[in-house]
Amino acid sequence: MDWTALWLSLRLGLVTLAILLPVGLLVGRWLACSRFPGKGFVEAAFALPLVLPPTVVGYYLLVSIGGATPIGQFWNATFGHNLVFSFEGLVLASVIVNLPFAIQPMQRAFEAIAPEIREAAAVSGLSPWQVLLRIDLPLAWPGVAMGLVLTFAHTLGEFGVVLMVGGSIPGETKTIAIAIYDRVQAFDTQGAGIMAATLLMMSLVVLGLTYRLSSNVGRRHGG
Amino acid sequence: MLTVRLKQAAPIPLDVDLSCSAGDVLALVGPSGSGKSTILRTIAGLYRPVAGHVTVKGTSWLDTARKIDLPPHKRRVGFVFQNYALFPHMTALGNVVAALDHLPRDERTARGFQLLELVHLGDFEGRKPAELSGGQQQRVAVARALARDPDVLLLDEPFSAVDRVTRQKLYTELRELSRALPIPIMVVTHDFDEAARVANRMCLLDRGTILQTGTPRDVLARPASVQAARLVDLRNLFEARVIGHDGTRTFLDWNGRRIEALRADTRPAGADVAWAIPGSQVLLSSTDPNHADTTPNRFAGTIRDLIPLSENLSMTVVLDGADAPVLAMTLPAHSACRTGIGPGARVTIALMPDGIHVMDSDAGPDDGRETGR
Repeated sequence: MDWTALWLSLRLGLVTLAILLPVGLLVGRWLACSRFPGKGFVEAAFALPLVLPPTVVGYYLLVSIGGATPIGQFWNATFGHNLVFSFEGLVLASVIVNLPFAIQPMQRAFEAIAPEIREAAAVSGLSPWQVLLRIDLPLAWPGVAMGLVLTFAHTLGEFGVVLMVGGSIPGETKTIAIAIYDRVQAFDTQGAGIMAATLLMMSLVVLGLTYRLSSNVGRRHGG
Repeated sequence: MLTVRLKQAAPIPLDVDLSCSAGDVLALVGPSGSGKSTILRTIAGLYRPVAGHVTVKGTSWLDTARKIDLPPHKRRVGFVFQNYALFPHMTALGNVVAALDHLPRDERTARGFQLLELVHLGDFEGRKPAELSGGQQQRVAVARALARDPDVLLLDEPFSAVDRVTRQKLYTELRELSRALPIPIMVVTHDFDEAARVANRMCLLDRGTILQTGTPRDVLARPASVQAARLVDLRNLFEARVIGHDGTRTFLDWNGRRIEALRADTRPAGADVAWAIPGSQVLLSSTDPNHADTTPNRFAGTIRDLIPLSENLSMTVVLDGADAPVLAMTLPAHSACRTGIGPGARVTIALMPDGIHVMDSDAGPDDGRETGR
């Protein structure tokens, strides 16, 4: 069992969550509540990582944040190391590939709230922020939780982008998914099996809990 | 005092100028698409018109010329939505308390209880909206709307989602509420009876413009135009020519029949006019039409249709004559039992001169609809 890799994966998952929670809430609610020309293309752009092969996303990340690019050079000058093949680079990649996993469930949950409910909140004297905190979030939280769980589980399992952008540096970019691949390559079937089973159990438990919680909420609101 | 002035050509055509005083209940009535809900939403700040202003108690809530547009949460407005739009995750009390942010925290619960008591829901404070009946949800919505201590109360089709019995009860409660509450109240409805039951003023709208404003009685029985008469479903609408005036009466020639109406001075002899009479002002006259009788406007005809309703009878009569006009009338249920009339029976009817309303003939070339002759 490669504890370093597991810990790195968990850390990557948590940091990704911390970034995608506010991003998903704001973008998801914005897409759910507003209509504007070209909205379909904006939604498509956020959904792209769902359909693109991870290697394609990884390739574009490499050519846009690599050491020779302006972003890469700026990063190097500011922090003294390259963005690619570092934990920070991995976080950036993870945030980008997980955008649809976080945004879409949250957007659907916000869309399920009737617009009159928000209007009623506004005419009851609630400011837009209070409407978000006191009306939208309590009603949409199963969807928000689902977005977070999907993001976390997907981060643990992400392989292609991590390999392209992070490589396999122990303690820095070698996640559990990469470690499993390494073990298989080294014909260590038992080591790979233990890690794979761990990942499988974690994903199942987290997803199962989320489904159970959200079905309870559905019953409570009579919906 | 609430004044509203709105003008725009698109996306929803609106050209409206209306006001509502404290203590008044103004009903906005019109077919769907007439813009009545949009007016209410504009007052609440949920819709922004191209041009217009909304002034409440001398304060501008909206003035497009001066670029004033207060957001909804800054307007002290009580709004009851058609489907109530209660917060589904909060209890009845929670819904009301949510609109009490302007009070100190420790006073909110007590005030919330008070408001629920006011709408007779004191025992239901812990129920979620899904556990309340339609009428109870409506009451919670009213309590929540009152919670803000509003400067205007707006109700958008508030009775459409409850059954008839509950509706009658809610009409009474709204009337009582309006007597106790010195603020302008506006109700949107497409039901004229409902408007007459809850409002003391009525504004008839069609395609974004006001056709007539007045007491419900006036608007319903004395429409300002043929268009208004059609909208309020005044079925007895005919054309005639003015013969002349005499004292308190005006005489009309209705395809050869002589009709006596209340004096309508503004129309000179020879003028083509339209006239209407509510079904309740058409009476059944049991005597022989040839018999000497001083009752004016008596005509013989045949009953075409007779529908017993809960409290009265709805009847149509085809009058004798080449034009065979059809008159709709309502009469008390017992009068039919007494006289034993039915479809096909010969009757004599009398048009009450007081009930005949004369208006300008609708000669608009763009209006393809025919007025019955």
